[in-house]
Amino acid sequence: MEKILVVDDDPYILMSLEFLMKKEGFEVKVARNGTEALDIINKDIPNLVLLDIMMPDVDGYAICKYVKASKKLQDIKIVFLSAKSKESDIQKGYDLGASLYITKPFSTRELMKKVKEIISSG
Amino acid sequence: MNNGIAIVIALLYLLFLFGVAYFAEYRLKKGKSLINNPYVYALSLAVYCTAWTYYGSVGLAASHGIEFIAVYIGPTIMAALFWPVLRKLVRICRTQRINSLADFISTRYGKNFSLAVVVTVLCVLGIIPYISLQLKAIATSISVLGGNNSPEHNLSTFLQDDTFYIAGVITLFIILFGARSINVSDKHEGLVAAIAFESIIKLVAFVAVGIFVTYGIFNGFSDIFNQAAENESLKKLFLLESNTSYTTWFGMLLLSMLAIVFLPRQFQMGVVENVNENHLKKAIWLFPLYLLLINIFVLPVALAGKLLLNGSGVSPDTYVLALPLMHGSKILGICTFIGGFSAATSMIIVETIALSTMMANNIATPLLLSTQKFIAKEDRKLTRSILTIRRVSIILIITLAFLYDKLVAQHFSLVSIGMVSFAAVAQFAPTVLGGIYWKSASQKGAMAGICSGFAIWFFTAVIPSMCSAGILNSDIVVNGIFGIEWLNPVSLFGISGMDMITHCFFWSILFNTISFIAVSLYTSRSAQETYQAEIFVDIFRHSNETEYNVAWKGTAYISDLSSLLSKFVGNERSERIITGYAQKKKISLASKQADPRIVAFVEKILSGIIGSASARIMVSTVTKEEKIKIDEVIRILRESQQMIELNKELRRKSVELQKATEQLTAANDQMRDLDILKDEFLYTVTHELRTPLTSIRAMAEIVYDNPAMEEEEKDLFLSGMIKETERLSHLITQVLSLEKYESGRQTLNKTAVMLNQLLSDTVSSVATLAKEKHIEIKNNLPNSMFLVQCDETLIQQVLYNLLTNAIKFSPAENAVIKIGIYTNHDELQVWIEDNGKGIPNDLHSLIFDKFFQARSQTIKKPQGSGLGLAISKKIVEMHHGKIWVENADVRGSRFIFTLPIS
Repeated sequence: MEKILVVDDDPYILMSLEFLMKKEGFEVKVARNGTEALDIINKDIPNLVLLDIMMPDVDGYAICKYVKASKKLQDIKIVFLSAKSKESDIQKGYDLGASLYITKPFSTRELMKKVKEIISSG
Repeated sequence: MNNGIAIVIALLYLLFLFGVAYFAEYRLKKGKSLINNPYVYALSLAVYCTAWTYYGSVGLAASHGIEFIAVYIGPTIMAALFWPVLRKLVRICRTQRINSLADFISTRYGKNFSLAVVVTVLCVLGIIPYISLQLKAIATSISVLGGNNSPEHNLSTFLQDDTFYIAGVITLFIILFGARSINVSDKHEGLVAAIAFESIIKLVAFVAVGIFVTYGIFNGFSDIFNQAAENESLKKLFLLESNTSYTTWFGMLLLSMLAIVFLPRQFQMGVVENVNENHLKKAIWLFPLYLLLINIFVLPVALAGKLLLNGSGVSPDTYVLALPLMHGSKILGICTFIGGFSAATSMIIVETIALSTMMANNIATPLLLSTQKFIAKEDRKLTRSILTIRRVSIILIITLAFLYDKLVAQHFSLVSIGMVSFAAVAQFAPTVLGGIYWKSASQKGAMAGICSGFAIWFFTAVIPSMCSAGILNSDIVVNGIFGIEWLNPVSLFGISGMDMITHCFFWSILFNTISFIAVSLYTSRSAQETYQAEIFVDIFRHSNETEYNVAWKGTAYISDLSSLLSKFVGNERSERIITGYAQKKKISLASKQADPRIVAFVEKILSGIIGSASARIMVSTVTKEEKIKIDEVIRILRESQQMIELNKELRRKSVELQKATEQLTAANDQMRDLDILKDEFLYTVTHELRTPLTSIRAMAEIVYDNPAMEEEEKDLFLSGMIKETERLSHLITQVLSLEKYESGRQTLNKTAVMLNQLLSDTVSSVATLAKEKHIEIKNNLPNSMFLVQCDETLIQQVLYNLLTNAIKFSPAENAVIKIGIYTNHDELQVWIEDNGKGIPNDLHSLIFDKFFQARSQTIKKPQGSGLGLAISKKIVEMHHGKIWVENADVRGSRFIFTLPIS
């Protein structure tokens, strides 16, 4: 079963995404901040991470950079979910190796479609 | 020790001087000028101190006490006037390419040839004896060092004379470093450096002797003065009750004040060789300081000489040298000799340069140039001829001084010759000073002043000297010339009671000034003169304006001017000079006829080479000048004046424009900054709106797409949506209220408020919230009243914001919030403290910015709209209070705000 990690500091977004992913049949883990996220990534490597950028401790960019720099972790797919909507922010996300950058607010149906595509593409 | 050793020492010293001068010129070639330095300039002015200072001051002090100091106080007073007077002379000479006193006077008074000749002749007459005095001092010091007391004066021993050879080497030095380049307006780098160096040598040597005599032979100043005080005649020397009269003091002061500017060597060093006007600023204090230092030991040495050498046949003029020799210090004796030698040589060198320039440029060259044959000469030969003239002049001057020394000088004392020279050059003072401050001073006036002054000088100074020397019958000084009583050279018009020099100075300057002013007032001036007077008097205005009209009318061809100039500077340079000037002044060279400005410019360049009088002759040979009428000059000058005014106006306008531009740019920048801030704010607001919007949308879609979900779960999402909507509307309210504060539309509704009451009310309103999170609120409010004028609603909002913040950041366990209030001078302080994890120090000032987390890019505050603290700050500031945060004592943060009482 595909493993998915959801990282966001907003409890309602976290709750919604967890519900959606579980419903799709994925094995879901959640993290409320960057430290928790890194902890989970290292312990139980997920296939895909839904990653917020602005967080109180470690930001999403740093996590993505860490993942892509590690041989062991670099196959993890990263999908950024962020309220940062500037062109330069989006570009940065892709430059760091993200599979997708989705700006908030987003459509949950669209998100699910994209996530399934990414997972099935290998 | 014999004379031979002394001569070898002198020659070695001169060799060393060559080295110094070569080194300076070598440095200049490398672009590192030694003389472009205010200290070197001030030291070069000390050429004022000659052998007369070195040996003669002590001699004078030994006979007349502190009278010697007068000729140093005069220059000290004059130094204060360096900035207004000397600077003006410097500026005139630089812009007009003037290189001697004679040239200066001639240029000012219409470039008059005869005036230049008169000034030159009189300078030579007045100064030659003074130069010979230095030769005499050298000869004397050589024989004293050699062990003989007085040198022989005999022409038959010419070739055996020591000074003859030394004078020869000095002449060689002057020719090498003073007459190398044809362009006399070039600075004499090596020469000036050598003179400054000599100034150091003579100062050090004299002070060394002073210290040796005062502390080596005697036991300090008080010892000398005490011993001298026991002798009635010596006591007089250091008290003002000596026989020096008031008029003598006054006369010497005035005379030396003028000498420091008008002695040819001072004019050469102070004006012609000046590299930078700003050097004068340092010279104003440095030069008097030098004079002070070199005079400190004069009286002690004189008294010591009197005490130890009186009756031994040693002349007081040689005490300086005799004292160390007598006490067996040969080394010091040699040092002293070198010091005196340097004082003498520096004077000879500079004075000769100045006089030879005058002679060559104002007499010899014009005479030669007036013969057609000479003008026709080839370029190179002409240059060489002019240099030859200058070299011959140098040799001539030294020879004259040498002959004067051998034939005449033995009859006079060191000092009297010096003062006679001072009086001679003082005759130029009315003409020069009048010339730079008084536009109506005329050529005829100048001529009348100088001639009458010199006639009186000759009559009242030279004739009495000749009488006392036995050359003339001394009956003249007793009964007057031809037996006419009122024509007595020492008591003219029956006025007696002054010493010879003061008497001479008084009458000569009186006649000089009166005739100068009177003749100037009653004679008309030529057009050329009017023009020059304007330039000289208003030099600071003219030399700042690059563009002014030239008072010249006539026909001239560029090719003629160019070939004239090329005779002196070579074809290539001549071409370059003229085209360069034309380009700078935007003068077209297309027409063959030369613009008057080019004519004037070529003349100016030539002046720098052969002097203004000669330059005028040269230019007139290739141009056809029309007589210019006086009213034309006045018109030209007026036009120049208008142009200057116009220029000033333009400059003022452009400065204003520039200012306006700067203001505009600043305003623009400010606008852009504001724009950036606004953009940033908008971006942040929309960003803050996105998060609740995202969760609301996600939760709504979930509920909508999953009708079959459990009731309990559905409630969770729906209540979440309600909470997020509340958050959204709260954010909007806060943005709007902040906007209200920032635009200044928020008004205060001040009433008398019991602050402790307000605080307890607010605490109760958050009590439930606190209880939920198990937070203990410790209320340390005293019972006393804290009455303050403020807007109750707004201050409550501040308290509420701070309390809810404290609750938010409280730790999960053992959370305590403390509250306090107290009076501090004229304000109330309220503090609220939590024991959460605190705020890093570097963020303490930033957290009061709106949407602070936006600035810190990707790391954000845990919760909150990001506007609460910004709004609180606005409210407190509107009450003229302050708000800040500091670290709590153990852990957590303490927020404090103040409100002024009253």
